[in-house]
Amino acid sequence: MITSFIVENSPALMVIVPFIAAFVAPLTGRVAPAVRAWIVGGAMAITSAITLLLASDVYAHGTRLYVFGAQAATQTIAPDSGGIPVRIMFTVDPMSALMLVITAVLAFAVVLYSLTSERDHTGLGSYYTLFLLMVTGILGMVSTGDIFNFFVFLEILSIASAGLIAFRIDGGIAVEAAIKYFVLSTLGALAVLIAIGIYYGQYNALNMALIAQRMQYTLLDQVALVLIVAALAMKCGAVPMHFWTPDAYSMAPSSITALLVVASQASLYGLFRAVFTLYNVTLNAACIGWLLIVLGVLSMVVGVTMAIPQKNVKRLMAYHAISQTGYMLLGVGVGLAVLGNQSFLSAFGYVAMEGGIFHIINHAMYKGLLFLTAGAIFFRIGTYDLNRMGGLGHSMKWTMVFFIIGALAIAGIPPFNGYASKLMIYESVFAFNPILSVIAMVVSILTLASFVKVFHSIFMGPVLPEYKDVKEVPRPMLIGMGILALVVIAFGLFPSIVVDTLVAPAAHALADQGMYIATVIGGGA
Amino acid sequence: MDALFTLDTGAGFWNPLLWVLGAAVAGVIALVLYSLGRRDYKPGTAQAEPFLSGNPEPEKGLVHVRAGNLYWGFLDAMEGYYSSIVSLHTGDLHDYVLWYLGVSALFLIVVVIIG
Repeated sequence: MITSFIVENSPALMVIVPFIAAFVAPLTGRVAPAVRAWIVGGAMAITSAITLLLASDVYAHGTRLYVFGAQAATQTIAPDSGGIPVRIMFTVDPMSALMLVITAVLAFAVVLYSLTSERDHTGLGSYYTLFLLMVTGILGMVSTGDIFNFFVFLEILSIASAGLIAFRIDGGIAVEAAIKYFVLSTLGALAVLIAIGIYYGQYNALNMALIAQRMQYTLLDQVALVLIVAALAMKCGAVPMHFWTPDAYSMAPSSITALLVVASQASLYGLFRAVFTLYNVTLNAACIGWLLIVLGVLSMVVGVTMAIPQKNVKRLMAYHAISQTGYMLLGVGVGLAVLGNQSFLSAFGYVAMEGGIFHIINHAMYKGLLFLTAGAIFFRIGTYDLNRMGGLGHSMKWTMVFFIIGALAIAGIPPFNGYASKLMIYESVFAFNPILSVIAMVVSILTLASFVKVFHSIFMGPVLPEYKDVKEVPRPMLIGMGILALVVIAFGLFPSIVVDTLVAPAAHALADQGMYIATVIGGGA
Repeated sequence: MDALFTLDTGAGFWNPLLWVLGAAVAGVIALVLYSLGRRDYKPGTAQAEPFLSGNPEPEKGLVHVRAGNLYWGFLDAMEGYYSSIVSLHTGDLHDYVLWYLGVSALFLIVVVIIG
């Protein structure tokens, strides 16, 4: 009875639970910090469980619709609405489900880690409120089927993220990074809002499926497309609109930086959703596909080359995050570029999309892990400056092992998960354009070189006198990192299972606009 | 079973378990070679001390090569590239906004003209 209620209402519950907990947490913190920790940890565990339950239900039974305020959760069109889906609805297809899995796993690992790594800081009431609002924003963004609702969740996410980037203040530098992020996010959100206004003015609809069904690709639609693509590409850190990323990623607490990676990927999801679901074959797929490819190549090359000379480990990792986003843009961009050509799509287009989407989940796990290891090092020695580090492998063995796993995965070394998704991208992109594939491989080599430097600088060498008393981080932080490390290894050892069960359905759901429209307008799968 | 572990990559395939098996075999070979090494080595004695042309060994903290010294050759060879790319990263919010608006304008031109 209770289980069926939870499954039936899981789309609503997964955003309601963290949303309510966000405002309960600071109140319970006034009673005792331990109570707050239990509330936050419990709320996140429940949210992750509900989210995974929903995702597994979507993979087993197809797209889930949840219409807020309707008599039945799947009643997308009210009897008196003239055939227009007027209510707010969540449309959770396999692509959304994949993003839910990423958010559920990473957010749970991060909260376990945070409860220890942040325990000595002040202002934790606000910290956990903003953290849970970030989770709410991400889950809402990737689940909603209503474009204005997408904007609302995007704003919740941006405001919460800006607050957390500034959380440590750090002599004003963190606040400056947060202001940069906030100004750009606001501009991007404004662009998205204008695009929504254009759709509403033309098609009298905010529901994504209905807009997609009525899409004419007029000049105004082209303007709306550009506004959305540019805004969300900037939000996901694509070069040359990436400048906020190293500032924000390096100044936020490390646990928040790990979640910011997922936040950026939620924007990437929004970009893909807009291009594939709203427009699909109505647009010039080759033109927009190549735009994404160019953004991807620029991001890969500029990201990795800017990472190499960095001295701050988190800034270095932030540039690598930009570089890895390039792989996702490249893979999915190639899929989009051949969207109208069924033979190319079957030959390599779907594999390219699957590679790009597989890289989204892989990147979230290993980059989240790497940021948490950076946070663990900061937790013990109080600096992110690589020039001041060395010899920590003697005292922080587990952290070193987790770092090695993350570093090998991001560099695309077998048998870790990054290799599997990169291999899919290399081979499929080679069939499309060999030069792009070669660039992607060279970027991987440079990534490895960069992480060899980081590994040597942090962990190798003799025990430095100033760090002779350094100990390993507390167990909850290790468990948080361990969860992500296990996922990295498991996804690397069993990539075919992940691709067949999670990634391929997501790629096909993204490409199949007709099914999305039929599911929503038809009132259920 | 094979389908469970073999990833189809379009043009080829990838089986991580085969790779792990190969790595395990390589590890066994490495261990065999290691076991054939000299047995009269005594750690913690003068045998283990570095020979620096007769000079005394510096403090441990002084022998660690710091991050700033790594890849100096690469960065020096790529100086032209880095001088231009680093200078674009001004840290000035006005520039960030201009880049965003400029790229948006460029996209608009491309999309409207090409389609």
